[in-house]
Amino acid sequence: MTLPVTGTAALFLSVVFGFAFGFLLHRGRVADYNTIVRQFLFQDFTVLKIMMTAIIVGGVGVFLMVQFGYAKFHIKPADLLAVSLGAALFGVGMVLYGYCPGTALAAIGGGSLHALVGAGGMLVGGIVYALTFDWVKATILPVGALGRVQLHTLLGISPWAIFAALAVVALTLFVAVERASAKRA
Amino acid sequence: MSLQTTLDYRPAAARAGLIIDWTPYLVGIGIGVLSWVVFLVVNNPLGITTALSQVSGAVATPVLGAEAVARNSYWARNLFSLDYGTLFLVGTLAGGFGSAVLAGSFRFEQVPTVWAERFGPSPLKRYAAAFLGGIIAMYGARLANGCTSGNGISGGLQLALSGWVFLAVMFATGTATAFAMFRTAR
Repeated sequence: MTLPVTGTAALFLSVVFGFAFGFLLHRGRVADYNTIVRQFLFQDFTVLKIMMTAIIVGGVGVFLMVQFGYAKFHIKPADLLAVSLGAALFGVGMVLYGYCPGTALAAIGGGSLHALVGAGGMLVGGIVYALTFDWVKATILPVGALGRVQLHTLLGISPWAIFAALAVVALTLFVAVERASAKRA
Repeated sequence: MSLQTTLDYRPAAARAGLIIDWTPYLVGIGIGVLSWVVFLVVNNPLGITTALSQVSGAVATPVLGAEAVARNSYWARNLFSLDYGTLFLVGTLAGGFGSAVLAGSFRFEQVPTVWAERFGPSPLKRYAAAFLGGIIAMYGARLANGCTSGNGISGGLQLALSGWVFLAVMFATGTATAFAMFRTAR
């Protein structure tokens, strides 16, 4: 088998990978409004635990694969104004909605009707973005456009140093959170 | 296990004693490993909203006309088709369904507990907020060129600057919004 897989086989696999993603999100309780909103209220740290673990485990593997030539990076451009404004809106929208786009889909699969209604809103948001895209492209995207930058090249250090630091931060947070929740129980 | 006196926020099925939850660390490892697999096997990071904007183009077609959609400079490069991204969405939806059915936890939910405690049991109120939130989240995700999956997880794990800026800013405004909305909650 030659990698990457393309054509019909890749289409079939994309459903399989999507299924795994939705299954994991649902089993991890992040396809649940309560879990997501309580993360932002610092009452439940499930979201951060999942994301930090995924980033560290995923990152170490992907960097190794790139280093040995088995994978390529797919870095999005750091258009700093657009990313900041977009992320600011996203945070507000995510808390109002109670889901992010991926967890929303898994939640709809689990029977959440308000996630389904909000998905209608996401489609409207997509339409509004397409209709305003020319303006966004001309006025917002060029501001602070740094290109496809990665942190380790920006800081001039080894990526492994960053992953080591992330692991220390994550472990410290996880231990603190687990201790606090054991005390409450 | 002792009975808890505090409110239980888990889904009804979990409260009923069905074991549906995996530890978040296991799920995080699972998503990390899934990232390796998609990078290796299909040369693509995990992501949701690029494909979702393709779907929005398909939905807009009957209203705006096929020609207007094709002429739009954004949809022109994100045209709807049954490709890797859109089929991944189908899979994610099915994965949530599959997990819920296998766990016996599939329930139609109109108003979640945390919302009901603060804003009451009206489904209409909840739907209005979800719809508005969906619009804002999607517009933001497209402006940022990715959501929690594409920018946050996939960008974060590649140490992309855009991913880490996205994570920091969205956690900040999300936290501010949550505290503003639920300030009377415990």
